[in-house]
Parts: sequence; structure tokens; C-alpha cells
Amino acid sequence: MKILLPFLGVIGVVMVAFVGVELLNLRYLFGIIIPYAAFITFMAGVILHVLKWGRSAVPFCIPTTSGQQKSFPWVKRDRLDNPSDNLEVIGRMALEVFLFRSLFSNTSSSLKEDEGRLIHGSSKWLWGAGLAFHWTFFIVVFRHLRLFVDPIPSVLYLVDSLDGLMQLGVPVLYWTGLILLGSATYLFIRRVFIPQVRYISLPNDHFPLLLIIAIVLSGLLMRYFLKVDIIYVKDLTVGLFSLKPVITHNLGLIFYIHLFLVSVLLAYFPFSKLMHAAGVLLSPTRNMPNNSRRVRHINPWNYPVKVHTYEEYEDDFRDKMKKAGIPVEKE
Amino acid sequence: MSNSKSEELSSDIKYTLPEEDWMDVPVRMKKGMYCHGANENSLITVGFPNPRQWSSSETNWKLPENWQDIVLTGMAERLEKYRSFHIFMDICVRCGACADKCHFFLGTGDPKNMPVLRAELLRSIYRREFTTAGKLFGKFAGARELNEEVLREWWYYFFQCTECRRCSVFCPYGIDTAEITMIARELLNLLGLNIEWIAGPVANCYMKGNHLGLEPHTITSSVEFLTDEIEELTGIKIEPTFNRKGAEILFVTPSGDLFADPGTYTCMGYLMLFHELGLDYTWSTYASEGGNFGSFTSNEMGKRLNSKIYAEAKRLGVKWILGGECGHMWRVLNQYMDTWNGPADFLEVPVSPITGTVFENASSTKMVHISEFTADLLKHDRLEIAPSRNDHYKVTYHDSCNTSRGMGLLEEPRYIIKKVCNNFFEMPEHTIREKTFCCGSGSGLNASENMEMRLRGGFPRANAVKYVKNKYDVDMLACICAIDRAALTTIMDYWVPGVRVIGVTELLANAMKMKGENNRQTDLRGDPLLGAEGGDAEEESEDV
Amino acid sequence: MSDKSKVIYLLVIFCAVAAFPFLYNSLSTPVNAKIELNTPVIDAMKVKQCIVPKEEMRRDHMKILNRWRDEVVRDSHREFGNIDGVMYEKSLQRTCMHCHSNKSEFCDRCHAYASVDVYCWDCHLAPKENKP
Repeated sequence: MKILLPFLGVIGVVMVAFVGVELLNLRYLFGIIIPYAAFITFMAGVILHVLKWGRSAVPFCIPTTSGQQKSFPWVKRDRLDNPSDNLEVIGRMALEVFLFRSLFSNTSSSLKEDEGRLIHGSSKWLWGAGLAFHWTFFIVVFRHLRLFVDPIPSVLYLVDSLDGLMQLGVPVLYWTGLILLGSATYLFIRRVFIPQVRYISLPNDHFPLLLIIAIVLSGLLMRYFLKVDIIYVKDLTVGLFSLKPVITHNLGLIFYIHLFLVSVLLAYFPFSKLMHAAGVLLSPTRNMPNNSRRVRHINPWNYPVKVHTYEEYEDDFRDKMKKAGIPVEKE
Repeated sequence: MSNSKSEELSSDIKYTLPEEDWMDVPVRMKKGMYCHGANENSLITVGFPNPRQWSSSETNWKLPENWQDIVLTGMAERLEKYRSFHIFMDICVRCGACADKCHFFLGTGDPKNMPVLRAELLRSIYRREFTTAGKLFGKFAGARELNEEVLREWWYYFFQCTECRRCSVFCPYGIDTAEITMIARELLNLLGLNIEWIAGPVANCYMKGNHLGLEPHTITSSVEFLTDEIEELTGIKIEPTFNRKGAEILFVTPSGDLFADPGTYTCMGYLMLFHELGLDYTWSTYASEGGNFGSFTSNEMGKRLNSKIYAEAKRLGVKWILGGECGHMWRVLNQYMDTWNGPADFLEVPVSPITGTVFENASSTKMVHISEFTADLLKHDRLEIAPSRNDHYKVTYHDSCNTSRGMGLLEEPRYIIKKVCNNFFEMPEHTIREKTFCCGSGSGLNASENMEMRLRGGFPRANAVKYVKNKYDVDMLACICAIDRAALTTIMDYWVPGVRVIGVTELLANAMKMKGENNRQTDLRGDPLLGAEGGDAEEESEDV
Repeated sequence: MSDKSKVIYLLVIFCAVAAFPFLYNSLSTPVNAKIELNTPVIDAMKVKQCIVPKEEMRRDHMKILNRWRDEVVRDSHREFGNIDGVMYEKSLQRTCMHCHSNKSEFCDRCHAYASVDVYCWDCHLAPKENKP
């Protein structure tokens, strides 16, 4: 049920696009209105969510220190895993965001039940698949800029030619598309077949993965098999990104399915765990330097508290203190 | 080398999962896996809300009428006060990297001890009450209703987390279950649902200055007892001072060090070291606790207890503060104290009176860790060390959770150990430093009624110790944490009999030659030294 | 830099990235993607008809050319009969470019518009055009 429901959800999304475009001929709705609505939802949703996080205070300096602190000059410190200033934090964050450094150090523990022995080993599968997924996703989105802007900046030609380096087939095969499909599929299969991960997964863990897989599949189908007229597609997309959208020609169902899936992903994004993309940048255990003994961190809501003062303590124990030879304030 | 006792617990650890979804698995509180509820009086002493006599093993917890309101209002307030909490509620993707990182999961196989599910216990309520998706789609969005069953689950599982932060090291977003557990315990505390093993020490510490409730005269006599021991061993009479105004340094250590061995040996180590250096320092009976069980119940209580350290430093007019070996004490001192009760502008930037080293890294908090202080001494050769006096031990080192993942004090204690003993062996790489395993009894869970859970939680640590015991004959587990010294002793007795626990400063004191001392025949705990006259070396005969 | 301002900077960067294509398009001059069909040869045709229908050609010309190349190079199969039974030679230069002799106004305009980097001309000679 946890997997079936999101699967049906994605099928449903495809069906809606099919019915809307093919049967009801609502091309203006699916080609222009919904994409705009989704984009606005995405932008507003992300901004409001981040502002909401931003309103929450950061009362304490609580970095997770994963390496040696800065103490003496003669002790080799770990600048990246235990940053002591903002520059080092930027280094730590950059490695975290671009290379998933924490996940790189992942281990896997297993129990030899007969001997009662725990074995811990390095485990890099999740790191590798996660990294491949996010990077190829980014490149694919970046590559799509060629359809969004006119004329095309030369950097896009470079990315395009690198991505199609092997010149396989016509149109040239983009290897990022395949890797994206492969890694997303791996991540999904992992969620379904590794018992622990399946157990902790929620329907809204499966849904975005399946949605992305559907987006990739529809994109691949459109480029390599079902074919759409890319010039007409670009007329629409450039129109969308120039705020002068027009639908001049029949663009083919597969295009509308692809576009609607993307719209759903955009609109879903701010209300889901996909916000991790922004959240990781604000995570206090990663984005703070471990310098709280050197620089006082200020808690904006620090307030005075009731304490048991020394005077009260001495009043409680004066006689005992005097007998024990401990100096007191009041004789 | 396995014994039948330890096979009992390890044999029923299975990482198989229930058929039902975790939300459909009701909490089953197993005796030996949870602590006694807090006494009414403990809560009254510090003015905690909803004090009452209740029992955690009974079904009726005598909750206040409007308990749901209290919890939800408390959550709303904390979402604004703690960005950590707010973000950690939102961004988990359930990738599963943390799943097998928790010592309690590895020791029980209970999926709700996976850090991700521990957090989901709270997150599911957050979604239901604070997110649109959760309100609209309920269970399909991972949301559920807050009811008494959920509350019991919270209580059971958030007192099965030692706030060790191991999961946070591996999380790609740094989600820290310690942070979530802290908030959850604050919420439980609003309902008076504390545990006595925390609430009792908190009340003691508030009124008497330390968790154990040692009154001033008891503290002096405990220390006197230790100085007598030292005199017997070395022939040197040490006379430490208490609450002395005008001393250069205030020394604060967990009260556990005064109370029971092997902590007392570490305490003897401090006394011997400071005497040998001729340090101008004083103990305080008012600020006689370095640890902070208050931080295990609420941020505010942590601050209330911690305030005594600066207050006493100010009253006595010391220049700076030196802190003893303790784990969570240093999480608090490193990441909270200055923010709570600073600025300590009445103190001076700490300078070692022996070496002249300025402790720049503590220039605002003005509190230095004993291992930093000692490592600096050894680096400058200011102590005469005979490492052979630790030759009768084969030592490994356990990083305490808080000093490693909440501070990064990894090299200093190792530097000391390598200087003062010849037989040092590291445990496997995935079980030390920032990946160290908890003792299983931290964050106030060291209660005897919680024994099965503690033993299970200590299993991964014990396992790594067993590895070096089998490989190198390791028989001493060194640490810089008072709770470790108490807890790991029990853990070792159960899982790896024959391995004892020792403070790093005790190792130092064993090896440190004092001016005018007798020819020592034994170490601090009376074990004969290797090669000492009258000492028997039968164990070592196998060494070639 | 205060913590709140960091959040604001973050959002400003986010908005700037999202706004980029809109700003770029509003400031740039669009390329002329209109293909020019008026060559002397085409103008002289009575029935202006390509080898297959226009829509199919727009969508699939790259596939047809790719297939032609394989068939000619590997099988020496040089004849292409279209749906009406008209025979054409499978040749880019002698068939396609015979009519569409204006590469820069025909091939290149669309390809530039859609950033398609074709490798036809790695081997083939581009026809000489009479540039005005």
C-alpha cells in the first residue's frame, strides 16, 4: 500500500494529462496555465518555507564535530570536519552540498549471530547513487535551459557536447539521462527491497522518486522514440520564459505528459521532504563553526532563570561548612 | 572467551522487522528497558510542572486534563525557538543512513531505535498538527494523532536515546537525534513525565551543588580520604583547598569522581597532578558538579544548574576555570555555558601558569579541559614520566560521545596516553573518534532498573573492546568521562570480563614521578607494578 | 553577518537563479529561427513537395539521414522510394542540398535555435552559397 498508492498517484498524473490534452483538448491549460501556476507555487512555497525556518532562532552553537578541534598549534586539526571559522564552514558545507561528504563516510553494520560479533564496514552505495542522481538531475535541468532561453549561451553548447560525447545514435544520446534513470531506479529499488529502508519509508518517500522516474522516462521517450517537433516546443517554452506564451502547433501528447509531471513535481516540492535541498544549507549542526569557547554565541531569547544562589547555599550549610573548615561569607 | 551470561542477550538480537507498519506496532514497555518515573519531591524542589507521584510501569500516568494542549503549545513554542528542531522535523528524506548507527538499535534490533524512526515518533505528530500535507492526507503523509499511546511511546523511546549524536555524523543533512530527544524530553517534562534518575540528581544539584547530593563537609572528607590514600602510596601529604578566595584557578569536575571507584582513582590523579605542579587552585563545594543532568531534561534547567560555575568563579575571584574528565559536561561547557551564563568578562583568558601557554581556544568561555591542560604540560616536558609504571596494562581508548562529537577533543587524550603508557592499542576505525560508540548509559539513563537496556546499548562498544582484547590482550579501557567510568565498568563485566576502566588522568598519575615520593610498589588502585619488588608478574610471563 | 541576513541572501540567490531565463530572454535579441524555403530550385518546382510530408520531415529528418548513411555506407543501397513511388537518391549533398542549397538559412537556423550540434559537416562538404 505504501508503494502502490504513490505508484497509482503517478499513473493518475499521467492519466490526467492524457484526458486533459487528448480528450478534452485543454492545451492552453496544460501548456501554459498549469506550468505557470506550478512555477509560482514552487517559488512562493520555497521562499515562504525558508522564511519560516529563518524566523526560528538558532539559540546555541551546536555543530556536530566530526574531527579534531582547534586547540594547540602542534595538534593537527581537522578544518573540514571540525571547522573553527566561517571560511572552514564554507568548505565543510561545500563538500556536504556538492559531494555528500557525510554520506561518503557511511558504514554498514552487521551481526554475526553465531558469534555475537558486530562487523562494521564502509558502505558507499547510497553515496554513489545519491551523488549520481543529484548531479545528473542538475545537469539535465541545466541542459534544458537550451529550450528556455534564446539565443543560446555558448556554455550550453559545451555541456551539450560533453553530455553527448559518445555521439551514439540520432538524436545523440545524452549519458546523463541514462545515469539519472539508472540511479533513480536504484534508489527506488533500494527503498523497496532493503528491509530496513522499506520499513522506514513513507508513501511520500516513494511518490517523488516515482514521479521523477516518470519525468525521466517521458523525457527519454520524447527525445528518442515518440519524437516531438523541438522547434515548436521551444517556441512554447521560450514564450513561457518570456511571459509571452503562445501555443502555435500541435506539440504531441508526450510533451504535455512530460510538462504536467514536471508541474506536479514543482508544486509538490515546497510541501515535501524535497525541501531538504534548502534545509541542508540551514542545518545548525553543519553550518556553524565549532568556536563556542572562543567566540560567545548569542541566544536571542536567552532569559534570566531562577537559580539557587551561593548565599542561599551557605545559609543551608553554614554550620557544616564551618565545622569542615570551609571559609564562609557570613560568620 | 565468551561467557554464557553475555550470550543470553546477544543471542536474541535480530535485525528482522515486524510485518506491520511501525505506526501500527503498539509500544510494549519491557521491564529492564526503562527507568522509574520521577518522584514528586524531585520535581517540586526545582519547580518543574505537574509534579505528582506516578509509576512508569502502571497504565495510569495521571496526566493533567489538558495534556495535549500542553504538548502542542510546547511544540509550537520550540519550533520557533530552535531552528534545529524546525528543520529536522521537515527535511529528513528517510535515506536510512542513520538506521544502523545507533548503539541501542544495534543492541536491541528494535526498529524504533533507528534514529530515523525515533525522530518519526515526533515528526508524525508535527506533520499532523503543523503541516498542510499532514492535516490533509493524514497517515499517507506520515501523520498521526497525538494520544496516550503515542505519549508512552515517546517516553519509552526518548529515554532510550543517550543523545550521543552518532547518527548526526552520518546524516547528509546533519539531522541530530540528540536535538530531537532534547526537545521531546522537554515536552515530556512539561507533563511531569521525567525519570527519577535524572530528576533526583537535578534536585540534588540545585540544592546542594552536585548530583550526588554531597554536602560540603562530605566533599571535604571524601577528598581527605583520597589524599590519605595518596599519602599511603607516595608518602606525600596533599592538602587541597575548598572555596578559597583569590586562587588562580577554580577546578570543577563531576561529583561522580569523588564517589566511587574507578572514578576516585581519576580524582586522586587530579590531586597528585595539581600538587606536583604547585598549582594555585581551589575546589568549590557550591559549584561541585561539572556534569549537568539539567541539560537532560530542559534547556532552562541546564542553564540553572550551570550558572553556579561562573557565579562561584566570580565570587572566589579566580582567573580561569579548569574542568575535569566528563563527557556531557564538556558538551555543555563547549556549546552552551557561555551562551547561557556568559559573558565571563570577570575572568581572564586562561594561561597555563606552568608553561605559559595561552589557551586561545577557550578565550571567551575561560574554561580549559584537563586533557588540554595536561597535554600541554607533557608537550613542554614539565612532568617527569615513567611510562613503564603502566606496563602492567594493555590499554585501549574509548572516545566519549560528547567530547568527540560535541567538541572534537580527539588527539589530546591520545597524546597523553601515548606519553604515559607503552601498550596502547586502538579499537577498529569505525568505532572510535567521531564514530565512537556510546557506553549506553549516557544522558541520565544509568539507572539500575534500566539494566537490560544499558547492557544492550553498551554491546557495540563492548564488541569493539572484545576485538582488541582478543587481538592484543587489552585489559584496560581508558576514557575521559565519569559516566563512562561508572557505566563501562558494568558493561565490561558483562560483555568482556577482565577488562577494567580507567581515567586518563589516573594513567598519568601512575606514570608521573612526584618530587620526594616513595618508591611506588603499586599503582593508584593497589595493583602491583610490573617488575616492582614484591610484585608478581605471572600474567606477563607469556610475553616474549 | 547576522543569521537572518544569511537567510535573506540565500533567498536572493535562489530568486536570481530562477529569474535568470526570464531576464535573459527579455534582454536578448531572439535568433531568427524561420527557415527559408525559397531557393532557385524550389521556386522552380511546380509541386513543392519534399521526399516525405513536411511534418514528418521536421520531426524525423535526422533519423532518415542517419538511416540513409548506414544503408549507403554499409549496404550500398542508394535508392529511396517515397510513399508515392517516386525514387530519390539517398544523398545529403545531391538530394537534400540540391533543393535546399541554402544551408545557413535552412539547416543552421533551426539547429542554432535548438542548440543542435550536427556532425553532418564533419565529413560532408557544405554547399557553397551565394551570400548576398
